[in-house]
Amino acid sequence: MSIDIAPATSATALDATAAMATRRDIQHRLLMTLGPILAALIIAGCILLAVGVDPLAYYGFVLKRGLLSPLGIQQTLTRMAPLLFLAAGLIVAFRAGMWNLGGDGQFLLGAVTAAASAPVLVEVMPAWLALICSFVIAMVVAMIWSLVPALLRAYQGVNEIITTLMMTFLGTSLANVLVKLMFRDPGTTVPQTRTLPVEDRLPRLFDTTITSGLLLGLVAIITVHLVMTRTAFGLKLRIVGANPRAAIHAGLGVPKLTIAVFAISAGLAGLAGAVDILGVQGNVRADWNPAYGLAVIPVVFLARMNGFAAIGFVFLLSVLSIGGESAARRLGVPNHFTLVLVSIVLIVLALAEYIDHRYNQSRKA
Amino acid sequence: MTGLFSEVFLSALLFGAVTAAIPLLLAGLGEQMSEKAGVLNIGIEGMMLAGAYLGFVGAFYSGSLWLGFLTGAGGGIAVALVMALLCVRIGLNQIVIGIALTLGLEGLTALLHHFQFSRSYPRLPAVDVTVIPLLSAIPVIGPALFRQHLIVYLAVALVFAMGYIYRRTQLGLNLQAAGDKPAALDVAGIDVVRTRTIAVLTTGALAGLGGAFLANVGAGLFIPFITNGAGFLGIVLAMLARGRPVWVLFGALLFGVCLSLTTAMQVAGINIPTDVIQMLPFLAVMVMLVLFGRRASLPAALGIPYERGAR
Repeated sequence: MSIDIAPATSATALDATAAMATRRDIQHRLLMTLGPILAALIIAGCILLAVGVDPLAYYGFVLKRGLLSPLGIQQTLTRMAPLLFLAAGLIVAFRAGMWNLGGDGQFLLGAVTAAASAPVLVEVMPAWLALICSFVIAMVVAMIWSLVPALLRAYQGVNEIITTLMMTFLGTSLANVLVKLMFRDPGTTVPQTRTLPVEDRLPRLFDTTITSGLLLGLVAIITVHLVMTRTAFGLKLRIVGANPRAAIHAGLGVPKLTIAVFAISAGLAGLAGAVDILGVQGNVRADWNPAYGLAVIPVVFLARMNGFAAIGFVFLLSVLSIGGESAARRLGVPNHFTLVLVSIVLIVLALAEYIDHRYNQSRKA
Repeated sequence: MTGLFSEVFLSALLFGAVTAAIPLLLAGLGEQMSEKAGVLNIGIEGMMLAGAYLGFVGAFYSGSLWLGFLTGAGGGIAVALVMALLCVRIGLNQIVIGIALTLGLEGLTALLHHFQFSRSYPRLPAVDVTVIPLLSAIPVIGPALFRQHLIVYLAVALVFAMGYIYRRTQLGLNLQAAGDKPAALDVAGIDVVRTRTIAVLTTGALAGLGGAFLANVGAGLFIPFITNGAGFLGIVLAMLARGRPVWVLFGALLFGVCLSLTTAMQVAGINIPTDVIQMLPFLAVMVMLVLFGRRASLPAALGIPYERGAR
């Protein structure tokens, strides 16, 4: 969001000083991100010490396996693909003032329908067309799923936090029912959908294991960012978010915009599910629920709903979760520690932003 | 089919429904108080997990169930204290902190469980029930409703106590004002931050108690992620109840019956995936919302931190 970046510092300054101010601003932003992360790592390290694990060894594994090793960084970048789609969907909703907390249900239904349709479609059409069709199906299913909360909010004023939360519980169960009863692979004993052959999945980038879904995710989130900040449609949505009553007086069709926001947000969540299945997993097992949506919500807030900042935070989240998973395997710490680490990072980042804000205020006063 | 609907079966079903409903009831009542005071408490799932873990630890090592409930409530309060400090006192984003607390407690309790109990999976002995004379002799509902642990009756009594607080006391009015027009409360000379802190800490105590009930009475043991979304159900209940504690009780019982039905179906060996039954309460509520959906009457200042003098 361009409004956020240094409105005060560059207001009166000349070009040269403005350039310096921007550089200082970037430095400041880096410091305000890396400092809290370091602090969070130290706090989490104390917890590791308390349970008798060497924090340095743990973080060493996280860094090595999440960021520095070739295989690790490829896994990290692959993990980013669905998270970016989810973040893009949340940015649209949150900027328009709609609390779509049903991302996980929309994600799972998109994943299940993509997993069910892709293996059937590849038998009757070329693989690239089958993939596109599966993406569209997943998107449309997730959009339809969001229609009930959207209509209730648009025409009845029913609070969307309740409805989307309930729809996410419903969607999680429905996804399981679909896997177990309708789309079950007859060839396996464990309940799961038919597996999409590896050669028919989304192509990998160059000679790596990184899914091309990463590029799709980046395109999605940058497009969303530009639409929200640079187009009339985006401005309309932001007005609805800032003040729905003023939006009505400005002559905007708020109910229709509300439905559009839910459709876009849920559609992107459905695409997130599809990109994870068609690029990485290949099938959906019963009771599979990575619950990405819950972790992405605070990330989008910390990024202040800015698409580019969200890319950075999503990358951080991926490094922590991929690195944490493998560090957990090596050191005998359960994988759950990653949750603790992510939680501490989120809290300290939020706290640092507050302190920074207060410092700026007191300096101005 | 006669076996399925025998007196014993129905009674067990109802008993299970009450046991499943109590944690939801406590979480819903707690969340209701936070929301009344203007704090959207998404960290309630984390508070319940802290309560479940510490409640189990307390009961397991002391051998006293009541001490377990006390430590459970304490665990909930400890998490609520962080929430109150960050979201009420310095006004950080309630959704960010709430979700972060939930994620963190999910991880932390699972981690502690791994190092402490994952080899032995200790269980608590079955709980003592308080039998209410005469009423417990009624067929079917007697054994289900009136042979419960004392805390079940206390939880139901709490519903009416809450109703009294909201309608008849100064504190109730203060809470309402803190959620609807905090500036007015401030002008009236009452500290908004303090009022909201009281609400959040009460939520923590109730959620922690609910978690402890879930672990100690419901399951008899602690397992990671034991709450399994009960806190989020509490949020749904609180919002559906529109500020009336009695509606939280009805809602909790509805969800309790469905949860209990899930277990009963499994025991009876009926071949429907449990997911279908788990969908029932949500379907029922969604249908009700579609049919009677009216404007939500949520507090005006819900989710907005109060900053004195800010415009």
